[in-house]
Amino acid sequence: MERKPLRFLCPNGHLGFAPIKTGSFYRGVATKPDFILADSGSDDIGPGPLGADTSTSPLEWQKHDLEHMLLAARKLGVPMIIGSAGDTGANSRVDRYVNIIKELAEKHNLPKFKIGYFYSEISKDYLARKMEKGEAIKGLDGRPDLTREELEKTDRIVAVAGVHPYIKLLDMGADVIIGGRSSDCVIFAAPAIRAGFPEDLAYYLGKVLECASFCAEPYGGKETVIGTITETEVLVTAMHPDQRCTVASVAGHAMYERSNPYYEYVLGGMLDMSNCRYEQYDEKTCRITGPKFIPSNEWRVKLEGSGKVGERYIGIAGIRDPYTIQNIDKVIEWAKAQARERFGDTGYELHYHVFGRNGVMGDLEPVKEIRSHELCVVVEGVAPTKAMAEEVAMIGTRQMFYARLPEVKGTAGGVAFVIDEVLPASPAYMWTINHTVTLDDPLELFPTYLTEAGK
Amino acid sequence: MATVKLINLAKTIRSKNAGTDKITFDIIFREKENYELVKKSGVLTPETICKLYAISPERIADFVEFDPAYAIKFTIYRRRPSGSPGDSDVFGCQQYAPLLDIEVPVD
Repeated sequence: MERKPLRFLCPNGHLGFAPIKTGSFYRGVATKPDFILADSGSDDIGPGPLGADTSTSPLEWQKHDLEHMLLAARKLGVPMIIGSAGDTGANSRVDRYVNIIKELAEKHNLPKFKIGYFYSEISKDYLARKMEKGEAIKGLDGRPDLTREELEKTDRIVAVAGVHPYIKLLDMGADVIIGGRSSDCVIFAAPAIRAGFPEDLAYYLGKVLECASFCAEPYGGKETVIGTITETEVLVTAMHPDQRCTVASVAGHAMYERSNPYYEYVLGGMLDMSNCRYEQYDEKTCRITGPKFIPSNEWRVKLEGSGKVGERYIGIAGIRDPYTIQNIDKVIEWAKAQARERFGDTGYELHYHVFGRNGVMGDLEPVKEIRSHELCVVVEGVAPTKAMAEEVAMIGTRQMFYARLPEVKGTAGGVAFVIDEVLPASPAYMWTINHTVTLDDPLELFPTYLTEAGK
Repeated sequence: MATVKLINLAKTIRSKNAGTDKITFDIIFREKENYELVKKSGVLTPETICKLYAISPERIADFVEFDPAYAIKFTIYRRRPSGSPGDSDVFGCQQYAPLLDIEVPVD
């Protein structure tokens, strides 16, 4: 007997980063989907939130989306699944989302339901023990294998889960799932695989839905799309009245934010999209066939780790004098020399972003000559303590004011200040870990829990 | 020989992080003809990209001509991971501008 198709509603590609547009969401909800799901994580936001254990998304926006999704899911009586909670998928972010769900249940007097959740954080000791046993923590994207030194610099590590904890929590009877860090596509693949659909199509379903309306055109984020899986195909439909899922938009989305448009690696295997066929199914729907999931012969999990580099202050300086603009490198060199005189060569970082020259692209900028009549220089000082970072940024900024250029006409100050101070910024972090490690069991690093909400 | 700028042939030209250590570039065409024209012209190859961005060949992580989407896609390694001190483009989304002015020969 043929399996009944399942329909998956996704309103947001990064829950919390910007609020969902509720018009297309409720248009989708009215069609009674079988699941309501969204990914809430991204490593796009830089290493700061993971390292400092914060979110880049405001709490109110997280609550906004969770509230709409929860109320719709409970009303329809279908599972709601969130992956990579709170931008990073760290344990504190999972706890935050579980608490929000409980608060919302109370606020809206919802009948009792089960929340399943899992954690993704791993300890430095866990990796250190593996390394002591001689196991290589393999580098991704050209990185060397992890060294003890890089591990020591790390403040927080998450492992990227596959479908396994989601399937387990559904088996345990969870009505709402809050996931730790996971691959985006597995949030959607897990319920489809559990229902018996082919892995080939289930992982592709996740791949195409994970960024919500980014697979539709015209461009417009935070709008709802619905994916349908059958025994033989995936269909994806835009819910916004003006958006369509076309062959071009869906095929194009396979490239988004990824190095290679054909292959997607997850814990447990690789999705091969090189033989995907895309067809226009109806005005708003694209039909996809031909993806292939190739299971791996080992459980290899991706790790993300972030470590603090130092405290950070920012200075801002403007330049209008044409001679100073032409000699901006000498001005910066003067200021750097003053910092060296005070603090030496190492133990801090002092960076210059020269907007009007190559502030956006740095070394990648092909335009070498300065074509602007004014420059804005952003000075970034990083050091172990706040006091030192402030002083590094202050020397780096104010000494531009005193730079000694032999032929400058203006001798009363070399740069203009919006404010004559440096500003405290969030601490500087660095992605210290982008590696993989092998596991004995795909659930090994992802403990699952069940709790209740409502009454 | 007559030329047309890439900006006038492509529907989308963009850059974005691909993970923490790479930036990926997509040049997507609406019409198959324009895609094939640029593909055959030789103006977008790993070599021309290295020259444009003044990077060594080792910095190119991937170069793909993606027929299903009429797209040319390449990926480069960052010098330091995204968001490290000194990074000016945490999302990697403003690195495509030099591609706009590439002159594509047309017959």
